[in-house]
Amino acid sequence: MDKMLVLVAGLAAIAFIVWWFFGKHQVQVASAQQGQSSQDIDIEVAGGYSPEQIVLKKGVPATLNFTRTDPSGCLDHVVFSDFGINQELPQGEQVKVQINTDQAGEYTWACGMNMFQGKVIIK
Amino acid sequence: MQLTTNKRFTIALIFSLPMLAQMILTPFGFHLPGGTWTEFVLTTVVMAVSASPFVRSTWSSFKKHHSNMDTLVAIGTVTAYLYSIYAMLAGQDVFFEGAALVITFILLGQVFEERMRKNASSAIEKLLDLQAKDAEVIRDGQALVIPLDQVQIGDIVRVKPGQKIAVDGTIVEGQSTIDESMVTGESMPVEKAVDDAVIGATINKNGTLLFRADKVGDETMLAQIVDLVKKAQTSHAPIQNLTDKVSSIFVPIVLILSILIFMIWYVFLGATVSTAIIFAVSVLVIACPCALGLATPTALMVGTGVSAKAGILIKNGEVLEAVNHVKTVIFDKTGTITQGQPVVTDIIGGQDQVMTIAGQLEAASEHPLAVAVMDKAKELGLAENNSVENFQAIEGKGVTGRIDGQTAFIGNAKLLADRQMSADLQETMTQLQEAAKTVVLVGVGDEVIGLIAIQDAPKPSSKQAVASLKKRGLKTVMLTGDNQLVADAVAKQVGIDQVIADVLPNDKAEYVQKFQQEAEVAFVGDGINDAPALTTADVGIAMGSGTDVAIESGDIVLVKNDLQDVATAIQLSAKIFNRIKLNLFWAFIYNVLGIPVAAGAFAAIGLTLSPELAGLAMAFSSLSVVISSLLLNRVKLNRPSAFAN
Repeated sequence: MDKMLVLVAGLAAIAFIVWWFFGKHQVQVASAQQGQSSQDIDIEVAGGYSPEQIVLKKGVPATLNFTRTDPSGCLDHVVFSDFGINQELPQGEQVKVQINTDQAGEYTWACGMNMFQGKVIIK
Repeated sequence: MQLTTNKRFTIALIFSLPMLAQMILTPFGFHLPGGTWTEFVLTTVVMAVSASPFVRSTWSSFKKHHSNMDTLVAIGTVTAYLYSIYAMLAGQDVFFEGAALVITFILLGQVFEERMRKNASSAIEKLLDLQAKDAEVIRDGQALVIPLDQVQIGDIVRVKPGQKIAVDGTIVEGQSTIDESMVTGESMPVEKAVDDAVIGATINKNGTLLFRADKVGDETMLAQIVDLVKKAQTSHAPIQNLTDKVSSIFVPIVLILSILIFMIWYVFLGATVSTAIIFAVSVLVIACPCALGLATPTALMVGTGVSAKAGILIKNGEVLEAVNHVKTVIFDKTGTITQGQPVVTDIIGGQDQVMTIAGQLEAASEHPLAVAVMDKAKELGLAENNSVENFQAIEGKGVTGRIDGQTAFIGNAKLLADRQMSADLQETMTQLQEAAKTVVLVGVGDEVIGLIAIQDAPKPSSKQAVASLKKRGLKTVMLTGDNQLVADAVAKQVGIDQVIADVLPNDKAEYVQKFQQEAEVAFVGDGINDAPALTTADVGIAMGSGTDVAIESGDIVLVKNDLQDVATAIQLSAKIFNRIKLNLFWAFIYNVLGIPVAAGAFAAIGLTLSPELAGLAMAFSSLSVVISSLLLNRVKLNRPSAFAN
């Protein structure tokens, strides 16, 4: 009887993991606060990035303010490979990352090991 | 409360040491006073202080439908901890020490890993440290020392012997030898005098110099190099694509696997709950994909840093992979194989008339041959008044213009299609060409009136460079706009396999494409006209002395203007790429072999892995990958003299 229970519970757990991690879930998108000559946006780094997608306006210098609240060493760097940026994010500090918005397009960023990703859309 | 990894590790270590001692000393009859209750207290401290960040991180990623390596550590240790509390209350076997030691070992791994990663990414700081801190500038006749960032273009800067040159510029007074090894990797000091260019961050050896600042701030060569290296270090190698895909699904799959393992042991093999849990937890702990994630970026970081030190700038990770497949190396001739500074050796016809016309027509051109003609004209004092009208370039042939009401032209033999030349001149031309000289035709109306012979000798190192490429089994080809005779003569001198002459500038890329149909191609060039070919080739190698366009188009930039570095660049790329492959291999092997062992697949022959050993193995796997990348710092090149100290 015990074994039947474990079996059912285990299979249920597996089903849940598959649905939770591989199912389609909505991504948090945000547009930047628009000033005349600048645009900036705050990004919280905790178990990933919130928001995960950012829309920026082309040609207006942009600043992304990363604040890492997550203690995980996994997220201690943010890497924008298209811009040559590899920035350390000390826990609890706001770190400004300047993005060149001259070229429209989609650019991804990731943590140092590329386990977590985010995306900047410049248009 | 926010503790550094170091502090978390220290606390975990202090509180798990008694349990470690007990594990080792149990056969000798040693037991912790207080038994399982002591273990419970010690482990609770470790879990609350050192392990709670793993749990918090797991929870915040879980909410976002993400998982990471912390997920595995947290679920593994919390499971072991909670089960042990239950077992303690029920009077069964506990394994508190498993949870505590896994946390300790994983944190140990992270402490080392953080340190090593800092080490690996230090190349850029080292490069920036090369800069001078301030500069002595002469403004309004006054010498004043100002910080580096206040130096402006056009400032006259004074450098005394032993001082660092602040920014890029041109010498206006004095002469000296300059040690450029830190920027170009060239080990021999270079003689410099008035009108020579100096590079910021290099060291002035023995003379006092005044130079005019030409490039400051982000524009200097060092700043550009730093920028390139930064981009390269954060770039992606295609070989990573697989691991990137794997890591995003890896953690949930391991979670599922570990549940399955628990069910198999408990339900089907009739093991006790505690045995089944030990196997499931071991799998969670050993499967951490850290090593996999670190394998490529750390090798890229160290590798590109090492090459930058040797004067070879590798722009991104993709190139490393491409270089390994290259079978053919195509060279541009002028400025790449040869000095790129041709000089006039013979003037046929009336010297004054020929050089006057030539000097006026070529005044506006930047073609290397034109520069040689202009230098000669200046030397003869014939480059004074310029009265060319209706100036026109005929692509790949030459230029025409009106001088004193007459049409004059200068260019190569292709101009003869609709112009005439005497048999005498024809014969002289052939003779000059057989001597590997480039012959320029000068004429008025549609009649050639004279010839200018120009020679551009191969660089001293070209022959050796071609030889070492051939030794690597590569086919060498030379592409040039020059005629067959000249091209053949140069090719023979340096030992090139195949020559393609009379190539129009726009056709270079097309020839590269033709070779690509057979095998992957590397193209080495320096001019604006080489840019399309540099882009088309699988690997574009630009000479550092070349034009900005060429440097922009190339995948690899050779800072020293030395062709030998082509072979060195290929050798280095291969080394870095092989290191990436080795790292990935080891990272995969850890998981591929570790998971079945941890799951108890070999329990029948007595081979199992307790959770704490799994934690140790996992910490060791990431460490070994980072160390293996750092070992790239010790790579020996064929030419150790190329290294800057």
